[in-house]
Amino acid sequence: MPTAEQTLNEILTLAAAHFKVPREKLSPDEDFFKTLGIDSLQTLDLLTKLENHFHVELPDYELQGVSDFRTLAGKIQARL
Amino acid sequence: MLETTKDAKVHERESGMQLAGQSAESALSWKLADGVIELALHRGPCNELGSASLEELEKFTTALQLMQEQAHALIIYSELKPGFCAGADLHELYRRSETMDKTEAVKGVRDFLERIHRVLNLIDAAPLTTIAAVHGVTFGGGFELALACDLIIADKMARFCFPELRLGLIPGFGGIPRLKRDLGNGVVRDLLLTGRSINATKAQQIGLVSQVVGEGEALRAARATAAQLGKFDRATAVAAKKFIKPIPYEELRREIDIFCELFARPAVQLGLRKFVESTDALPYLP
Repeated sequence: MPTAEQTLNEILTLAAAHFKVPREKLSPDEDFFKTLGIDSLQTLDLLTKLENHFHVELPDYELQGVSDFRTLAGKIQARL
Repeated sequence: MLETTKDAKVHERESGMQLAGQSAESALSWKLADGVIELALHRGPCNELGSASLEELEKFTTALQLMQEQAHALIIYSELKPGFCAGADLHELYRRSETMDKTEAVKGVRDFLERIHRVLNLIDAAPLTTIAAVHGVTFGGGFELALACDLIIADKMARFCFPELRLGLIPGFGGIPRLKRDLGNGVVRDLLLTGRSINATKAQQIGLVSQVVGEGEALRAARATAAQLGKFDRATAVAAKKFIKPIPYEELRREIDIFCELFARPAVQLGLRKFVESTDALPYLP
């Protein structure tokens, strides 16, 4: 099983590739809605991408209030 | 596949039948070629279903009844990037609830539901094999449109959801009876009562989706499936579908009644207002 830090790094790499932004522009603790400028539909796309990549099922109500990659990584790590 | 536009025009001239169509507002368009009807949805932002789209769907089903003897398959897909269909046009539903008195508003909603049920029942029972080729957001009424089809082929980025409970409503376009027809009751309760969305892989695991394909591949896979279906005897395929896929008319009627009873409550107007006026980054998430 990957460590929490490895999961976080994979998420950052995936998000950067999916939204076509340089990886170094994304930081674990920043608000990704602001950094990426994404709307709800794009957020769902990211959720699907992450579920497919990590082979987990993440109910979207668990994402309520989650806006930074570190918290998101914690949610995914808990289901690995 | 034959050159579709030309093929359709030739048939139109010879038969006097409209085999390709697109309305002025152009929420959707369709064409028939090689025995396959393709219905393309293209009303931004994500094919929300309101009065204008319904009128066009009604025109399509009228054309479908004329075309279906010459076809063995129907494919429904979206040409828009965000997804297949985000469901009912909630802004229109909110305006309807705001600008009319309550009795008129409920009457209008019932009329809308009865019309869209007629459309979906015709697609559900059509004597050809129907395929929803979906990607991205397939929510609410969009999910219900897909459920009216015989097969769902999903791009791996597709997502399915019944978010209606967060508005104080139930799905109103036939979703519950059709989901119950196709899946176990525990799954129906999960999707309905939690309002959570599921991805294509999960949807395939629970028996909702027949094929999961790569990103951007759903329409290609649907066309390949439709071509295969064309090899079978049509009368046999029609008989098999009729035998295996009963239309739950009684429950569909009951669903309209329950929806209208719920719609009359102030809680629904508040839920709709909250959605329409929301600045939340995640208004689609329950």
